Amino acid sequence: MKKSVLIPVLLSAMVFIALYSFKDISNSHLKGNGPIPDADNAGLKLPEGFGALKVAELGAKARHLVVTPQGDIYVKLARSKEEKGIIVLHESSDGKAQVTGGFGNYGGTGIYLKDGYLYASSNQEVFRYKLDAQNKVIDPNKPEKIITGLKAGRQHETKSLVLDNNGNVYVNIGVNSNSCQEQDRGLRSPGIEGCPLLDSMAGIWQFKAKELNQSYGQGVRFATGLRNVVGLDWNQQNNQLFVMQHGRDNLNSSWPELYNEKESAEVPAECLYALKQGDNAGWPFMYYDQIQHKKIVAPEYGGDKKKEADSKFIDPAVAFPGHMAPNGLLFYTGNMFPEKYKNGAFIAFHGSWNRAPEPQKGYFVVFQPFKDGKPSGDWEVFADNFAGTPEKAAAGRADHRPCGLAQGSDGSLYVTDDVKGAIYRIVYNKK
Amino acid sequence: MILTIGGIKLNAQTKGKTKKTVQTDVVSASVLANGQKVYNQYCLSCHMADGGGVQNMNPPLIKTTYVLGDKTRLIKIALNGLAEEIEIDGEVYTNVMPSHGFLKDQEIADVLTFVRNSFGNKASAIKASEVKAIRAEKK
Repeated sequence: MKKSVLIPVLLSAMVFIALYSFKDISNSHLKGNGPIPDADNAGLKLPEGFGALKVAELGAKARHLVVTPQGDIYVKLARSKEEKGIIVLHESSDGKAQVTGGFGNYGGTGIYLKDGYLYASSNQEVFRYKLDAQNKVIDPNKPEKIITGLKAGRQHETKSLVLDNNGNVYVNIGVNSNSCQEQDRGLRSPGIEGCPLLDSMAGIWQFKAKELNQSYGQGVRFATGLRNVVGLDWNQQNNQLFVMQHGRDNLNSSWPELYNEKESAEVPAECLYALKQGDNAGWPFMYYDQIQHKKIVAPEYGGDKKKEADSKFIDPAVAFPGHMAPNGLLFYTGNMFPEKYKNGAFIAFHGSWNRAPEPQKGYFVVFQPFKDGKPSGDWEVFADNFAGTPEKAAAGRADHRPCGLAQGSDGSLYVTDDVKGAIYRIVYNKK
Repeated sequence: MILTIGGIKLNAQTKGKTKKTVQTDVVSASVLANGQKVYNQYCLSCHMADGGGVQNMNPPLIKTTYVLGDKTRLIKIALNGLAEEIEIDGEVYTNVMPSHGFLKDQEIADVLTFVRNSFGNKASAIKASEVKAIRAEKK
């Protein structure tokens, strides 16, 4: 009797000592040479065990970013600051970073690092910069212009980019229109028949990574019917391109007889698509209604809110609530975060405007679990409160708006903000 | 000094003519109420309830020369829409504004008067006759 009580007690004591010493080691590691979360986690609300620090604040519109294993951060700015469109920072051991330089006098959004080159886009072109063994740009003034002459209107003008493992670059070309109406965003303005804009916009184009001066003639329209994509990533697990579409606006303001303000705030979905060459996601002829779980004919093209669209258009992999503006997509392949995050998708929702007069939504980073390259289970808000308070988020007056995502070599998750140019680093520190 | 002001005030209250001039500068509550109704239906979804617009997309209506300055330019924006680059305080706004020419002259006058006297703005009213004249000019 005595013996059987003593064994569990001893066992738990041993477990306790083991856990305690392990905790001690991990703490000293954090204090010694690793990122230290800010006392307030940089203002973010995170799941238990996660912490965040503000790596830097650039005072510029920070869009997408990449982080090298050597602790350099390349950030693409929407508009050049002091003639620099790409800002370079270097991290110190506590995770805070200082600006060490910059180059590339053009605004834009896309930036990606692959096989010894840094790729970056303006709103019409894509450049690449050769890197040395330390992932530093060898000659910032002499990039190779690999893609040129892409159309850019006054809306949906940014060109995000990603590479596959076969030497191809994928570039989104957003369309300068909401729903291809005769009068853009006009009251009861019908859709233009066939929507001729689709020939050179509203899709993903594929180009070769190492050929110079490619344009529409040399590229392949990989997928069409995508109004605007900002967040995109290559899924390494099943070797496939995934993109987040910004769904259409103005269902109520253009079609007040069909859609009330509430419906117009919720619908259409912001969709995650898994793309194959030749896919058509249906813009402007349809939108995805995540409440009915159906592809619905757009009102500009004869829709009545119920009529279902042609089944030739692809279905989304995941459908999120409307207007939240997904600006960053990242498949997590790191080892720092708990197992459930492995190979899942993080999505940075920049935050809505077209939900007014209903409360705005977004301004957070979401996690969507994946299994075997397919979404599995429900998404959840991962990092929240970029806005500062729930009231600021509801009013659309956010202090910070998440935009780009990147993974550090240690498995940290980086998030940019394009209001004040904050760069966040989210770490997991529970063992 | 106080006496003089009191005297003028008295004059304004007693003399019908002076009173009328004072009244045209003050925007009536019914014009503002009607203007707000139009604003909520056609403007709020882009320019927001606080008139602050949307970063990078829809310009703010708070203390900008577009709103407070030249009435003709403002009336033309409402009638014709706007599809050119707008820069306010170093920020660029890119969204397209569709024409609101389907609104009646009085509705445009009231909503513009509302905007010019809301969100911290203070500027003279716009009359339906001014809208009518500019609409006619366009043709």
